Amino acid sequence: MRVFPENYVRQVAESRVWKSVFRSGTGFSNLKRSRFVQQNVFLHLFSVKARQRVLDFSVTWYLGALSFATFAILVITGILLMLYYHPSVPQAYADMKDLEFVVSSGVFLRNLHRWAAHAMVFLVFAHMFKVFYRGAYRPPREFNWVIGVVLLLLTLFLSYTGYLLPWDQLAFWAITVGSNIASAVPLLGGKIRFLMLGGNQVNANALLRFYVLHCMILPVTALLFIAVHFWRIRKDGGIYTGVPTTEGEQKR
Amino acid sequence: MRPMSEEEKKHRAEFDEMTRRNFLVKVGLGSIAVAGLGTTVFAYQYLSPNVLYEPSPVVDAGKPGQYPLDSVTLDPETAIYVVHSAEGFYALSATCTHLGCLTAYKPELGIIACPCHGSKFRKDGTKIEGPAPKPLPWLRMWLSDDGNLMVDRSAPISARQMVRV
Repeated sequence: MRVFPENYVRQVAESRVWKSVFRSGTGFSNLKRSRFVQQNVFLHLFSVKARQRVLDFSVTWYLGALSFATFAILVITGILLMLYYHPSVPQAYADMKDLEFVVSSGVFLRNLHRWAAHAMVFLVFAHMFKVFYRGAYRPPREFNWVIGVVLLLLTLFLSYTGYLLPWDQLAFWAITVGSNIASAVPLLGGKIRFLMLGGNQVNANALLRFYVLHCMILPVTALLFIAVHFWRIRKDGGIYTGVPTTEGEQKR
Repeated sequence: MRPMSEEEKKHRAEFDEMTRRNFLVKVGLGSIAVAGLGTTVFAYQYLSPNVLYEPSPVVDAGKPGQYPLDSVTLDPETAIYVVHSAEGFYALSATCTHLGCLTAYKPELGIIACPCHGSKFRKDGTKIEGPAPKPLPWLRMWLSDDGNLMVDRSAPISARQMVRV
């Protein structure tokens, strides 16, 4: 006779509704477990099985997973902040102050977003160094390193575009300086700055462009590259442990 | 370049031979290239605003009488200095030529300094020390019909052209 929670879980897992969603069926054989991973759109990005070793702290220091965790925190808190923030010159600064002093839990969400952003930049760099010094970028994983570089750039652009949104003195001068750095590009520099700001000054157009980049274009692009990044780990034989696993690594 | 294998040569020959399929493939690729080019042009045009709601580059700096002799006056809103020297009036851009910060005049030292990265300039805009790569540009200045000093921020001029009142 099974006891209450186990009994209930088993009942749900054997129901018609559950089976219509998760087709792998119930049971605890390795086949059932691997099917569960294979047949789930999110989990199938990962290997169907992993060696115990990849879960050791020393292998990765969990830096990749922590980078993704900060990204998830940033998406959730960012969407919530968007509910009170208007990307317009008269309102942006006042909305930021409202979030700090008027909105319930606003200061908590804003600080969480801010600190998670700092943490993400740090963790992405740390992840990159860990991958580099362990040699996990070597063939057949070199393409995933390239995707990682793209993700680093996206992280930095996200950080930079988010910098302008509070619309305070720090934001204004940081973006003035940053956009002038962009204009140092040979030949195209002035045009790049003009397109980036949507004008000659850090003004209403620049605020709106940075907002759209920060809340829509860059996060969606990052999410796509993150999906490919995870999927490539699976295709390249799982997380790198230092022991050659795939044919390509053994040949090296 | 690496020599082509037999299979690649065969594949290449098949592609070069003008069959109906190859013709359509080439037409298709060509259309995509034209569409891609067109999209790039349209995207560039769309992203460049044709009308800007920015403050006018021409600034009315008021009557010359309000600027005492040997004074350097900064208007932080428009980022220009109006300088009244013994030889006459001139306008300097107050935007640092390094990375665009707003500079400030230090009356006790008689120099213009940038708070961001420490560039220093003389009252005539010439550079004392970097990182600024260029001197502060002189801006075109003239007297309006009703006797006001006018400055065009978008028109840098060669130095030493002053307005005498």
